[in-house]
Amino acid sequence: MRPAPFEYFAPRTVEGALDLLARHGGEAKLLAGGQSLVPLMNMRLVRPAVVVDLNRVAALDEIREDAGRLRLGALVRQHALERDARIAASAPLLAEAAPLIGHLQTRARGTVGGSLVHADPAAELPACAIALDAILHLRSPRAHRTCRAREFFRGLLATTLEPDEMLVEIEIPPRPLPRTGHGFAEVARRHGDFALAGAAAVLALDGDGVCRHARLVILGAGDGPHLARAADALVGERPTPARLAEVGRAAAGEIEALADLHATPEYRRRVAAGLAGRALGDAATRAEAA
Amino acid sequence: MTAPAMASHDVAVLVNGTERRARVIPRMLLADLLREEWGLTGTHLGCEHGACGTCTVLLDGEPTRSCLVFAVQADGCRVDTVEGLAGNGGELHPLQAAFRARHALQCGFCTPGILMTLAAFLDRHRSPSETEVREALSGNLCRCTGYQHIVQAALDVAAATREGRAST
Repeated sequence: MRPAPFEYFAPRTVEGALDLLARHGGEAKLLAGGQSLVPLMNMRLVRPAVVVDLNRVAALDEIREDAGRLRLGALVRQHALERDARIAASAPLLAEAAPLIGHLQTRARGTVGGSLVHADPAAELPACAIALDAILHLRSPRAHRTCRAREFFRGLLATTLEPDEMLVEIEIPPRPLPRTGHGFAEVARRHGDFALAGAAAVLALDGDGVCRHARLVILGAGDGPHLARAADALVGERPTPARLAEVGRAAAGEIEALADLHATPEYRRRVAAGLAGRALGDAATRAEAA
Repeated sequence: MTAPAMASHDVAVLVNGTERRARVIPRMLLADLLREEWGLTGTHLGCEHGACGTCTVLLDGEPTRSCLVFAVQADGCRVDTVEGLAGNGGELHPLQAAFRARHALQCGFCTPGILMTLAAFLDRHRSPSETEVREALSGNLCRCTGYQHIVQAALDVAAATREGRAST
């Protein structure tokens, strides 16, 4: 299987890429790591007339950290999440989830930004971005706007990105309190496969051990990452394992779970409930130890 | 079929230490450039959509699926393929020797991709656990061996490397 013919451009700057995107309208596709786009092109499920390769835009693969605020260029490779000390320090949730993204070979090439805009419902990074209150920087020839990760995803493979826009940077705010913990759990049939279900959690406690900030996102079970409302009830409470498990079950109850070859909706919800409880439990344990 | 006129691109790639040049159309895959243009057929193509891992090469030192990279993207890059593993005199790379000793291949179709994946993995991880080796191999399908001997060969090489370092 080989892709249909296309014209290829490799701009050196963000402006150059945006100009090509504007000039070719819906005919053009941005190519980042290519670990989702190129399989679709090889199978000819996607046939762009123009490919704009972002891999020569040096400004897009920078990692910057400033007073706990992390800025990831859209082209930062997924394996950098496992390797970079600044990411491990500022956003350990990303470091924990990274080894579960695809395989060694796909993480070497696949990018953080590519995974976010592709918006696969089973992908780890969209869920992490929401759990971390990430802010996405989007550019077009018209404007530079920001969008909160929780408002970016619009269901199956869909986002609020406009056709002439590109994601250039992912900004992750500092942890809300010194005592902040994270958790990530997922189940896949084989390491690196698409998750059957998974959960990302961030909890922050005040000096008295009272929860002041709670985020729980379930992935893989529905048509996109789901920010659970149930976790809001934890704010003001001292979390106990039993209570966290209960919140996990309530969160899973919010999902419209999908059926496929591997799982019924009921089974997916049960798995998601257990994983959500586990991610919350890990987050609480780490926050208490911080 | 009348394909639209597509511009070709000149590429220069450092392949196993030797610079090679070619003129490629945009849709040519890196795997096809290696195999069809340069005759480096040690890199195999299985699924051609990034699932099986048999086309794994090192792109600037990182294990990469060469069916998911366009040849034009490799311009100016370093590519290492299975042909570059053995020494100039034909002496086997330690991994290749361990694969032979452990009987870690049967039909051999997946072997080049697995060797390249493990060569890069063992460079970064000197003391991997069995679980870590299995996770490193999760992106490479082998339908003959059941992986047991492949994992053992990788652990052998890691152990031998550690002993070699300890004795120097």
